[in-house]
Amino acid sequence: MSFSELLAQYDSAEVHLAINSKSAADVERALAKDKLDLDDFQALISPAAEAYLEQMAQRSQRITQQRFGKNQQFYIPLYLSNMCSNVCEYCGFSMGNKIRRVTLDEQAIDAELEAIKQLGFDHILLVTGESERLTGMPYFRKVLPRVKARFNHVSMEVQPLEQAEYEELVSLGVDAVMVYQETYNRRRYAEVHHKGKKCDFDFRLATPERLGEAGIRKIGIGALIGLDEWRNDCFFAAAHLQYLERRYWQSKFSISFPRLRPCEGSFQPKSLMTDKQLVQLICAYRLFNHDVELSLSTRESEHFRNHAIPLGITSMSAFSSTQPGGYADTSSKALEQFEISDDRRPEEVAAAVRKAGYQVVWKDWDRVMG
Amino acid sequence: MLNIADKSFTSRLFTGTGKFATSELMSQSIQASGSQLVTMAMKRVDVQDQDDDILAPLLKAGVNLLPNTSGARNAEEAIFAAQLAREALGTNWVKLEIHPDPKYLMPDPIETLKAAATLVEQGFVVLPYVHADPVLCKRLEDLGCAAVMPLGAPIGSNKGLRSRDFLEIIIEQARVPVVVDAGIGAPSDAALAMELGADAVLVNTAMAVAKDPVAMAKAFAQAVEAGRSAYLAGLGGQQQQAMASSPLTAFLDD
Repeated sequence: MSFSELLAQYDSAEVHLAINSKSAADVERALAKDKLDLDDFQALISPAAEAYLEQMAQRSQRITQQRFGKNQQFYIPLYLSNMCSNVCEYCGFSMGNKIRRVTLDEQAIDAELEAIKQLGFDHILLVTGESERLTGMPYFRKVLPRVKARFNHVSMEVQPLEQAEYEELVSLGVDAVMVYQETYNRRRYAEVHHKGKKCDFDFRLATPERLGEAGIRKIGIGALIGLDEWRNDCFFAAAHLQYLERRYWQSKFSISFPRLRPCEGSFQPKSLMTDKQLVQLICAYRLFNHDVELSLSTRESEHFRNHAIPLGITSMSAFSSTQPGGYADTSSKALEQFEISDDRRPEEVAAAVRKAGYQVVWKDWDRVMG
Repeated sequence: MLNIADKSFTSRLFTGTGKFATSELMSQSIQASGSQLVTMAMKRVDVQDQDDDILAPLLKAGVNLLPNTSGARNAEEAIFAAQLAREALGTNWVKLEIHPDPKYLMPDPIETLKAAATLVEQGFVVLPYVHADPVLCKRLEDLGCAAVMPLGAPIGSNKGLRSRDFLEIIIEQARVPVVVDAGIGAPSDAALAMELGADAVLVNTAMAVAKDPVAMAKAFAQAVEAGRSAYLAGLGGQQQQAMASSPLTAFLDD
């Protein structure tokens, strides 16, 4: 059974009701268990669990330290292009937005890679808008050998591709691919994606399965929090994770929780998530899955990120520029996908991590191992 | 004294380098443990960087390095990692770890056997991390591995010697040192492994995630010594029933 078929068995309204009607006893039962099921996960993200936040945080910290140690992996995104052939209501790269479009050429990429290397990073996340014409496989074939020559760990966050293309990316040295479903609610998905290939909900939903079939080392999933009811979307992300883990047992998984903010552009999120609820979600994912990597980006504030370090997070970006060419040329700010909230330099973030009693891991992969 | 290949160790406690909050804490814990053999993941170490957080303190401490191939999913990747370690660190010792399953890090017996054959042939001192599988351990020994490292419980689980029955068989049959690796969560687990006759134990998570890793390292050192002493002293066997002071067959001695 595909995940699409599994998802079709759920009724969104029923899931919403189930989560919101969880009781304190349901939460306590979940907290008493070592191996949690999806029903327990619903209890932990329910309003009833808010009263148990500290207990959840303590447990999440303990499990995370045991499985990952007192370590935080550092990575940095490199935006290769802001060209996009989709029209999505919530994204700065949306085709309808009148911004200057840039796709980095080989010379510009080299300058960016050099600037990033100087910052100390060894794990790079390549990001593009979704334009198959400009940033498709021919472009990646040119870019990846340059990147892999300098960085041991290479992740990508680009438009969904076919399985054969992922197989080629793996052979070119890509270690991980992140692909977020944005929302698992088919109807809501159609409301916010107006034009372009991204409108195909099922093609996007099946992307992690194509990645798994291609034998990629790590698959990143998640929902764009706020597009639909956050509790529903995060529940489906957990169900997706469970489905994928059982099927693609040789791949690692990571979860991100990019949160839409009410102040960004004219788009109004359908469901707002408070800091407290984000902490609840981080802890719920950790209690549900002891081994999944949990990643926190610079969308979140310095204050939040500093305090989230010991809660269950295992990897963080630092000093992100979301505009193509933004590391080598820091003068222009006109091309950004979204505004970041934590603009500290990498050494400042590293100092905060150390202050929290954790070690910064810059390198956790070696090219010789594929 | 424990001998593995061309090296002798007075400490039978081997340690790892992962999961510590700082490199200083790692260094101090290793020092407190008295460990003379320390394993480290090649994927974590930047061999180009003399100031690498993990490598630099180990080189300074002068401990023996046991690079591991953690992260390798098959024999080919593990062999590459071992060759990288030999070239970069000048040691032909390698802890062979192959786990295609990134969740529980279960060692792959088929790929491990394949890689061990090649690495032994290439002159490596191979210490394979394996399930507590007595037949596999014999196979690896026959290939020329310098020791075997069966797991006590899933790695990082701190669950102790869940594989005790099989460890006992491995220890009974082994002609090479047996190092119990993975799962040891408390000094009492380490002591038990040593009492069973293991030649050494390898501990990482239980120290690194302790509230006071340095104190815990010391506790492990003491436990390993106590366990070894008990093994050498010869533990009394356990009895289900009390031994009668006037046994039924005593008349035969009359």
